[in-house]
Amino acid sequence: MSGPLLEVRNLSTHYVSARGTRVTRAVDDVTLTLEAGATLGIVGESGSGKTTLALSLLRVLPPAGRIVSGEISFEGEDLLRKSNAEMRRIRGKRIAMILQDPMASLNPLFTVGDQVAEPIRVHDGASRRSAWSRAQELLKAVRIAAPETRVREYPHQLSGGMRQRIVGAIAISCEPRLLIADEPTTSLDLTIQAQYLNLLRDLQRAHHLALIFITHNLGIVAKMCDQVAVMYGGRLVESGPVARIYNAPAHPYTRALLESIPRLGDSRTRLTAIDGQPPDPAALPGGCAFHPRCPKVMDRCRAEAPPEFSVANAHTSRCWLSG
Amino acid sequence: MKGYILRRLGYSLVSLFLLSVTIFLFVRVTGDPAVLLVEPGASKDDLEMIRQQFGLDQPLPVQYGSFITSLLRGDFGQSFYYRTPVLELYLSRLPHSLLLAGAAMVFSLVVGIPTGIIAAVRVNRWWDSVGKIFALLGLSMPSFWVGLLMILFFSVYLGWLPSSGSGTLLHLVMPAIALGWVFAAAHMRLTRSSMLEVLGSEYVKLARLKGLPEALVISKHAFKNALIPVLTLAGINLVIMVNVAVVVETVFAWPGVGRLLYEGIAFRDFPVVQATVLLGGAMIVIVNLLVDILYAVIDPRIRY
Amino acid sequence: MNDSRSATLTLAWRLAAFRTEGFPVIPTAIIVTVALVAIFADALAPYNPELGTLGDRFRPPAWQAGGSEKYLLGTDHLGRDVLSRLIFGARVSMIVGFTAVIVAGFIGTVLGIISGYLGRWVDQVIMRLTDTWLALPALTFAIFLAAIVGPSVNNIIIILAAVYWTRYARVIRGEVLSVKERDFVRLAVVAGCSKWTIMRRHILPNVVNSAIVLGTLQLGVVIITEAALSFLGVGVPPPQPAWGLMLADGKKGLMAGYWWLTVLPGSCIMLMVLSANLLGDWLRVKFDPQLRQL
Repeated sequence: MSGPLLEVRNLSTHYVSARGTRVTRAVDDVTLTLEAGATLGIVGESGSGKTTLALSLLRVLPPAGRIVSGEISFEGEDLLRKSNAEMRRIRGKRIAMILQDPMASLNPLFTVGDQVAEPIRVHDGASRRSAWSRAQELLKAVRIAAPETRVREYPHQLSGGMRQRIVGAIAISCEPRLLIADEPTTSLDLTIQAQYLNLLRDLQRAHHLALIFITHNLGIVAKMCDQVAVMYGGRLVESGPVARIYNAPAHPYTRALLESIPRLGDSRTRLTAIDGQPPDPAALPGGCAFHPRCPKVMDRCRAEAPPEFSVANAHTSRCWLSG
Repeated sequence: MKGYILRRLGYSLVSLFLLSVTIFLFVRVTGDPAVLLVEPGASKDDLEMIRQQFGLDQPLPVQYGSFITSLLRGDFGQSFYYRTPVLELYLSRLPHSLLLAGAAMVFSLVVGIPTGIIAAVRVNRWWDSVGKIFALLGLSMPSFWVGLLMILFFSVYLGWLPSSGSGTLLHLVMPAIALGWVFAAAHMRLTRSSMLEVLGSEYVKLARLKGLPEALVISKHAFKNALIPVLTLAGINLVIMVNVAVVVETVFAWPGVGRLLYEGIAFRDFPVVQATVLLGGAMIVIVNLLVDILYAVIDPRIRY
Repeated sequence: MNDSRSATLTLAWRLAAFRTEGFPVIPTAIIVTVALVAIFADALAPYNPELGTLGDRFRPPAWQAGGSEKYLLGTDHLGRDVLSRLIFGARVSMIVGFTAVIVAGFIGTVLGIISGYLGRWVDQVIMRLTDTWLALPALTFAIFLAAIVGPSVNNIIIILAAVYWTRYARVIRGEVLSVKERDFVRLAVVAGCSKWTIMRRHILPNVVNSAIVLGTLQLGVVIITEAALSFLGVGVPPPQPAWGLMLADGKKGLMAGYWWLTVLPGSCIMLMVLSANLLGDWLRVKFDPQLRQL
């Protein structure tokens, strides 16, 4: 196939309150592209719309969520035109996702093997036995010792790191083309985090996976990703190659984020956190959503939201200063 | 886990102790217990004899001592009316009560669980509203009135079902529905809220992300988890059914423990009343204990 | 004059603000109507509810064949007017229901506050007792007490209060546990208020909403229990009119198909309980969303 693996154009997802009176623009006019086998990091504070963006790609939104406009082209097919049944055959089979909390994302009442084998049986129509032996191989692939006994165990018998590796095994069970990982290491210990990131990277290489990595940790993005997209208040404020954005950030928000990363040997006693509170997604400020916290705010920023400016090749920024 | 079970056991023993003290004191504080313990229409001499026999002139702690030792020996006194030990009477009626409670439980679960699930899956839609109305009616219609209405309709007007008595399956239908009615509403409410909670969980989200058909997500991943609290409640409710069946058993002349209690009241047969209440309370304390222990054994996630 | 005027204005404003969306108008209207009927029963009832005309036994309601204008809702097995008995039955239900709920609420709230605020052994003793009483099936327990003290309206109230205070104690104690950690209570402690003052002035106002919500929800339960006790013959003593007692009497005409003796009193009970439940549910959502779990 010639084109990129995933192309998202002008995607907007809103949450509508029960009586339809309040609308939250969780994802607003987002455009991004991902090549096969590449890694994209999506960075932002909580409430910036990262998770909603990911769930929109798979069309698994909470009941209040609606995709109101845009286009999601995956392997040349528009996902928003698919029927529910067609979409179901894509989930877990061609696009898989890893959720944030490994403690909560496994069903406590079924064995690990059952849960790993489940998508194989549903999507590939495999027999119970062959799905089960495939599940053992997958556990081995995510580096779980003694998989033949682990398959028969229940989630509560495993540690958090192991459970998250099992969630990883479920994700790759049907050899998807795209894997979305939503803060997969946030709830893990630091050493286990590093192991898990290595595992993800090895799996990515072995299966030629494209990876969307959602995080608020820029350090992880630097380690894992080729591309980075920064979200703020539902919009993509800056995106481009990792090296470029780290060395020459164009948007003041990205700059502030980069300055807030603690570095080894840092003599500062406090982190330079960004002034002000993250915005309430249900009541975003007008104009550029970042303007109340922006050190370089101008009158224009309050009145008018900036469009996407191209800063350099494949590097865009939504800031009037980049125009 | 051993510590947990021992602690629960301790609590239950305290509860049983307080239960016996409560019953004991109520009988003695509210008037002359001899009047209750003697057969209706007895003479002054009989009263005096009862006072002697039960040691009612002794101080309260001594009285309680003899009260509790006879209970522990299984001696709940003699029925005035039947002239047999009360415990024997109670045990002979218990199977009928359990049969009725079991049938009522089946009815309440068969009605309550599916409606609760539909209400949760179609939350805030038409079905959910129907379920809410049903639950409200269930909690607002006294079981004995439901029973009387059914007799009026099915026995008197249609002549389909026998209005009272026991022996055949047909005799069981109306009492079971009348008794199970309120519980069906309670089980529906709990199924709905439990199902809603599970449907919002991360593992159900992951099940959807895996690409499972919605029917499988609900029937496999959500249903089983949502069922746990419902079955726990049902276990406790079964015992409660045995004890609140008194009105329904009276309406349908069903020969269970409740009917025994009613006869105890009607014939002023106090030992029967006292034993029924004591045994009913003890049964509930013990079942609560068993459910807790069973929970601890089945579900290792529980922290003690 | 200005002052009193502004006072009425605020009151009106507060009432207007209170009557917000979803207010259960019909249930409230039903409860108020029943209360008014209970108060003016003497004026409303066409006959003496306790005296019947034996010649007029089992007369059907006026609209049915054999019924007469004389007895709008028919007569019972002693020839007593059903309408009059329903009207006076409302009085018994209201008196028993409201008094029992208030007495139980008072006992339970006081014990709940003491248990939650003082903690330690006081808490242990009260909560063990509460657990034990909760374990007793309410109806069986009430029957037992009724068998001891004998049937009368006053005794019924005492019995129902004795059986139902435990639910308040449980819930209120839980509320107190969280309220007592709040800053204004700590401030009061620092300011040297006595325990008694803190419980009365600072804790009580913060748990009274929950007590009211619970009380409204319990009203229905209490009315049903009273009806059941009367039905079994250990509640309101005959010949006084009570809805539960009327159902028991109605059984005498049941097999003959005299439906009005069963359907009418039961409908009154159901309407009353349904209204109390709807109002209670609304209050619960309004005042205290955390109580949803109950």
